[in-house]
Amino acid sequence: MEVGRERIYSAAELDAHEGALIEALRASSQQPVTDPDEWLQKELQRNVLVTSVDAVLNWSRRSSLWPVICFPACCAFEFIGASASRFDMSRFGMDILRGSPRQADLLITAGTLTWKMAPQVRRLYDQMAEPKWVIAMGACGITGGIFRDSYSVVPGYNRIVPVDVYVPGCPPRPETLLNGIEMLRQKINTRSIATEGE
Amino acid sequence: MQTLSFGEIAGLISAKYAPEAVAPFQGSLVVGGEHLLEVASYLRDTPQLDFDYLISVTAVDYRSHFEVVYHLTSLQHSHSLVLRVRCPQNKPLVPSLVSLWRGAELQEREIFDLMGVGFAGHPNLKRIFLWDGFKGHPLRKDYSSGT
Amino acid sequence: MALKTEPFVLNIGPLHPSTHGVFRLLATLDGEVVVDIEPIIGYLHRGIEKLAEGREYQKDIPLCDRLDYVAAMGHSMAYAMAVEKLLGISVPERAEYIRVIMVELQRIASHLLAVGSIANEMGTFFTPFMYMFREREKILDLFDMVCGQRLLYNYMRFGGVSHDLPEEFIPALKKFIDQMPGYIDEYDQLLAENEILLVRTKGIGVLPPELAVNCSVSGPTLRASGVARDIRRCDPYSIYDRFEFDIPTFTAGDCYDRYRQRIEEMRQSLRIIRQAVEQLPQGKVNSRVPIRVRPPQGDVFVHVEAPRGELGFYLVSDGSEKPYRFHVRAPSLINLTPLREMIIGWKLADAIVIFGSIDIIMGEIDR
Ligand code: SF4
Repeated sequence: MEVGRERIYSAAELDAHEGALIEALRASSQQPVTDPDEWLQKELQRNVLVTSVDAVLNWSRRSSLWPVICFPACCAFEFIGASASRFDMSRFGMDILRGSPRQADLLITAGTLTWKMAPQVRRLYDQMAEPKWVIAMGACGITGGIFRDSYSVVPGYNRIVPVDVYVPGCPPRPETLLNGIEMLRQKINTRSIATEGE
Repeated sequence: MQTLSFGEIAGLISAKYAPEAVAPFQGSLVVGGEHLLEVASYLRDTPQLDFDYLISVTAVDYRSHFEVVYHLTSLQHSHSLVLRVRCPQNKPLVPSLVSLWRGAELQEREIFDLMGVGFAGHPNLKRIFLWDGFKGHPLRKDYSSGT
Repeated sequence: MALKTEPFVLNIGPLHPSTHGVFRLLATLDGEVVVDIEPIIGYLHRGIEKLAEGREYQKDIPLCDRLDYVAAMGHSMAYAMAVEKLLGISVPERAEYIRVIMVELQRIASHLLAVGSIANEMGTFFTPFMYMFREREKILDLFDMVCGQRLLYNYMRFGGVSHDLPEEFIPALKKFIDQMPGYIDEYDQLLAENEILLVRTKGIGVLPPELAVNCSVSGPTLRASGVARDIRRCDPYSIYDRFEFDIPTFTAGDCYDRYRQRIEEMRQSLRIIRQAVEQLPQGKVNSRVPIRVRPPQGDVFVHVEAPRGELGFYLVSDGSEKPYRFHVRAPSLINLTPLREMIIGWKLADAIVIFGSIDIIMGEIDR
């Protein structure tokens, strides 16, 4: 059916569209996003008695973090290593790596981020349902690491998405990653619905 | 199977082509851009030479000119050869070898993207690693990212 | 009468569980059948070549590790060999043996991952993968023992390796090479006659040898099509001419053969390691090369047999401390050339298997 063929975008159009997206994001992300820590402070100031609700909510949230698949580079293999037979991330209820961001609440950024990839990661983050968390894994995730000077590398995921926990290393060993996840769980534990949505 | 040394290969070539077209240089052959396709198909199709496998294509920016370097080998005779094609800085264009060796396809696109050397006759010559709208060709020596 | 359907474009990736990293495939489908594809890459282009040209030779070793992060040893070894060739220095005997042991262990680790993920892509969700990871962890432990890193080792140096093997390494390695053949047989038992694997891979995605050669395909993908080109044999480097091993080849060139090819290569690698351990001499592991090297002017091309194919380094030196040109002939990139011919005409589900059976690593493709 020829009608159908006409509706298909040409490769050149797609490329141009993608290029424009990348350039726009690049121009707007020259500064890091502030780490989402403010609510921690606020929570200390407030004193609303919703603790048992919080306890239940936080318990359920921290006990089944579902990470979304985001495997750009080398760190991915330590992430897979952490979830495979030996280190077995499922112990923490992080059973399933989700292929769809809509079913996930944790983004573990395992690898170098390039500007060409940045719009996709941004979209991935936008599509995840609240509440959501981000762990920046590896030197590349934190600052761009060994590739920081490059013309095509984003110097740190915090240019694109707010990062909750930074896990250093190049690559971080699975134990380090698990430690980072443990820290995130502690952080979730201090969260309160009284300050949510602000 | 009969492995030829570089001297023998160069002898065969210079018996057929004029020195302006092909000249030996440091264990490799420097080919004039306009003769490249002809020389390459001679190298590939002569049974005695039989260069059927293109190992690698790459380019170097020597500031005054670009040099595209081809590494060829023959699976049957297991001899290999390096070809160099030079093109001036202001007119970076060499003929594409995709019609002879498909293996050149992605590598020529890569050179076009990063080095800015064009390949005449390439079926799909556009940026491969960088995105549309990226300014400049990073592997050139005069490239600066502006940051 | 054949049912007419409207072709539509399906975008797969760049973040997709079955694309082995950040690879994007624009597939035009007619019903279930793929009628056209356009691979789009570059989502991991970190500019390694440019970065390497801005750093001293020694500082490029870590960058080479990060090219193919599943087979880092082989990549830094190839780079070290290229610089050694430029400098005209030789490597002590013991270091050569250590290098070979490391690289062959790495090949096994890499093929384990490849085989595991082929099975993964056919819907055997993670079960074979977990088996393979069990053994891969054992290899990573060996590496960890030697250089304190599990993935990117930074172990090769110009003129040898950074330091000698620790005492406990050889006994651990011997134990591993005694166990490993049993494990490989176990995989074969689980997979080779497995109905799912046979149905999904036999005769699927055939790569004819003429096309493979014309497209400069290399490594297991080429050999599974029946072309016995292995750099270890046809242009021996390091000390590979001292070992007895076969170059397994298969004839059909389909996904099943590419799977079996890797299983056989693991067995051959074990053979090489066993001989290397027996012959391992005592002595120095490094021929003291200064940290800042200034190779004489000239260019050099070195190629080795990496787990994914023929890996080449093309270096140009202008006599300074930094390489003037640093180019990598990346096997994964070039192996993608015939992807179109291999995929078109197959169903979408097969396309994923075919793509997986080539076994690519994005770090090497995009560099
Ligand atoms: S931090 Fe290191 S291991 Fe992780 S992606 Fe970056 S270079 Fe690779």
